[in-house]
Amino acid sequence: MTISTTVNGKAVTLNAEPDSPLLWAIREELGLTGTKFGCGIAACGACTVHVNGEPARSCSLPVSEVAGKSITTIEGIKGADGTLHAVQKAWIAAQVPQCGYCQSGQIMAAVALIEKTGKPSDDQIDEAMTNICRCGTYPRIRKAIHAATGQAATAVEGAA
Amino acid sequence: MADNPTLEMEQPAPAKRKGVKRRAFLIGGVAIVGAGLFGISIMDSNAVKTAAKLTAGKGEHSFATWLKIAEDNVITIYSPHTDIGQGSNTGLAQMLAEELDANWDLVKLVSAPAESAFANVGLGRGFLGEMTGQPGIINGVPQSFLSFIARQMNLQITGGSSALRFTGQVTFQKVGAATRLALIETAAKRLGVPAAELTTQDSHVIHAKSSRSLPYGKLAAEAATLSLNNEPKLKDPKNYRLMRQSVPRLDIPAKVDGTAQYGMDFSVPDMRVATIMAAPARGGKLTSVDEAPALAVKGVEKVIKLDDAVAVVAKGYWAAISGLRAMTPQFTDGGNGGISTASIFKAYDDLIAKGDPAGEAGEGDVKAAMGPKPVEAKYQVPFLHHAMMEPFALTAHYKDGKLDIWGGMQDPLASKMMAVDVSGLDSDKVTFHPMLIGGSFGRRLPMYMEIVSQVTKLAMQLPYPVKLIWSREEEIAQGAYRPQSAAVLKANVTANKRIAAFSNDYAQTESAEAETTFIYNLPAVARRNYEHKSNQITGAWRSVNSTQQGFYNESFMDELAHAAGVDPVEFRRNHLKADSRHLRVLDECARLANWKAPLPEGVGRGVAIVESFKTIVAHVIEASVKEDGMPKVHKITTVVDAGSIVNPDAAKAQIEGGTIMGLSSAIGEAVTLEKGAVQQSNFSDYPLLKLADAPLVHDIHFINSGAYMGGIGEPGVPPAAPALANALFAATGKRVRNLPILTQAKA
Ligand code: FES
Ligand code: FES
Repeated sequence: MTISTTVNGKAVTLNAEPDSPLLWAIREELGLTGTKFGCGIAACGACTVHVNGEPARSCSLPVSEVAGKSITTIEGIKGADGTLHAVQKAWIAAQVPQCGYCQSGQIMAAVALIEKTGKPSDDQIDEAMTNICRCGTYPRIRKAIHAATGQAATAVEGAA
Repeated sequence: MADNPTLEMEQPAPAKRKGVKRRAFLIGGVAIVGAGLFGISIMDSNAVKTAAKLTAGKGEHSFATWLKIAEDNVITIYSPHTDIGQGSNTGLAQMLAEELDANWDLVKLVSAPAESAFANVGLGRGFLGEMTGQPGIINGVPQSFLSFIARQMNLQITGGSSALRFTGQVTFQKVGAATRLALIETAAKRLGVPAAELTTQDSHVIHAKSSRSLPYGKLAAEAATLSLNNEPKLKDPKNYRLMRQSVPRLDIPAKVDGTAQYGMDFSVPDMRVATIMAAPARGGKLTSVDEAPALAVKGVEKVIKLDDAVAVVAKGYWAAISGLRAMTPQFTDGGNGGISTASIFKAYDDLIAKGDPAGEAGEGDVKAAMGPKPVEAKYQVPFLHHAMMEPFALTAHYKDGKLDIWGGMQDPLASKMMAVDVSGLDSDKVTFHPMLIGGSFGRRLPMYMEIVSQVTKLAMQLPYPVKLIWSREEEIAQGAYRPQSAAVLKANVTANKRIAAFSNDYAQTESAEAETTFIYNLPAVARRNYEHKSNQITGAWRSVNSTQQGFYNESFMDELAHAAGVDPVEFRRNHLKADSRHLRVLDECARLANWKAPLPEGVGRGVAIVESFKTIVAHVIEASVKEDGMPKVHKITTVVDAGSIVNPDAAKAQIEGGTIMGLSSAIGEAVTLEKGAVQQSNFSDYPLLKLADAPLVHDIHFINSGAYMGGIGEPGVPPAAPALANALFAATGKRVRNLPILTQAKA
């Protein structure tokens, strides 16, 4: 079956079984490997992308459900001129990633949270940032979200 | 050294479940620290020439295997370590560039090729000589075995919090310093001035008197022909420009925009994707499988049966996993059907009760000093999974008699050698291409790399390249776990509130006394270990046995303090040597945590201090219990003495992450067995700590004691669980003796 969608602003046609997850179409068909496979059951968030601006765990989202929708992956959040998104810059400034494998998903979740809330509070961060990071970069993720939204990171003074 | 490590080492045989005992090279690690192998030749082997051939292109000049300088002044450093995200490669580059006085902006860091020229054979040679106490012995040892040991050394160095302290201090700083001297010598000749008048900065040799300077790139061709000084003088730390600085990590930019390429991300034209299921009960064999349901799935091309597993090869992962799930393969349990979490704990109890330990350490007459009524407590901890975020994924292609493998493994060279064994090909026909690793924590060490053998077997019978991906379910079920373990601790606390005798009898599926440092200064101590084999593979899990030993000893010290009616910090102080580094770390931590300050109702403060990998870490944790019975960590204060720190911010990140991993395991993680098989399947039933439960405040301080450099990746883990358990006791009066806390909160 063919499914027409928009990925990172470009119209694409996916040839996939309707029940197959969006994640594998993105990674294997489009070759956009920044979106990661971690669990396959919507438990870790490594596969987080935006579907019409909302965060979605693409490992558990059948491609049939994204027909006609607009998908953004980690490769699509830089500016048109290649400048990094404010969240990406904050991630570098706070030296967030360790192994880095979860970070595409973390950044996509953070971008969606910030787009929705403007300046997320610690409680809003707790609630929205449910992606797993085995390396334990959580204090820096919190710090980077605060920094990206112009908030002083008083609560995480220990995180560098 | 009591053990002879050569007796414990075996070639890693992929068909076997166990290869090399970790203990052997841990002892090796200790030996290196103790012996300080600073005299090794870093410059004069054939490997240097081979490395130069492998790395130096036109206009580039290789030095001592590990770096090359190009005429445009770009300096490339080859790391033999796999950076698992701990920043050690940036640290290694800092160390070499510091001594070289390199321009940091033009320093590039790449992985060393998985070729034996880049194995640390010099270390292997010295190690073997030191370990046997007879340096001459190595003359009769074949080079392949030395390389093998070298690989083990590399592996241990990467896995043992030790990249910087071993490779960095023993090799990279010296290589940088020696190369700098060769560049100065060349410049002196060219400028016609004495070498003593020359200084170096930002990859230039400078003659201040005549205001002349020469870039390294213009000197490299000639300098590379000089023989390097094996014992160059290293810089005085007060002149450091790069070391001890929080230099931004080199690997981070590619990790925020999706361009970093992990083993999972590799692809080549015509590649197929495979996924696999091994016998759920380890040791079992595949008896039968009906392939039809898998082959009926669109995109599935082939089902391949291995001795103990079945794999499905398809156009993509979704087809492969759907095909695999459509089948109902039958496996034997290998005679392990009676093994369960409960049966293992029962065996531990029996062993400890019987009192015939496999190993023993300590001092003084514990039996005599224990008295009639010791304080006694029993603790239990489960198997733990590494649960690194990137599941195993390796791509292999067998074509024209050659095998290529791509992926992220902690020891690319040993991975290659395993593929050589399994394929039966000559070693020059097999190439392993290292890629980024999405977490490891000890999981991707060679002795547990069944996936190398699996993907080799698949590739050897397929006409196209194949990427083998383990599902998360396979990953959880087929781990190389931190051992399930139990301990009985006893102590006699006398009327003067001092410990007269202390014993720790612990049982687990593998013993490793050498890794565990007991820090207290007591008149009589006995630590006895008991071994009981299960069908599971136990492996190195971040900080290895110090996780469970830290939990046992530091929980029990807390129990003793309360039994004696003494403040837990004070009680520990009373049993540490005056003027010791341990005492200083503890005092600093208590002071910075405001140990005596009042806390809100329901919040308790707990302390724990553990030394592992030569680094001393104390945590003070403030915690309470939530309505659901689960702990809430409010604040952590940490003091670390790792001797000295190469990159303070990267070190801090390791302590943050290690602490969180320790809390995560204490709170929620357990791998349990029933009928010889793992019961957990995914993050749904193997819950990891999430951001909301991570401490909001984590205050980390380093003491630069100047002691020999310790590790940094692992030592943050061990004191986390006991500090939390002690805080919960302070908050609630309830003692946590079995982990994880989740199991008890539910019970
Ligand atoms: S891979 Fe999608 S949530 Fe884990
Ligand atoms: S950075 Fe490694 S899992 Fe998050």
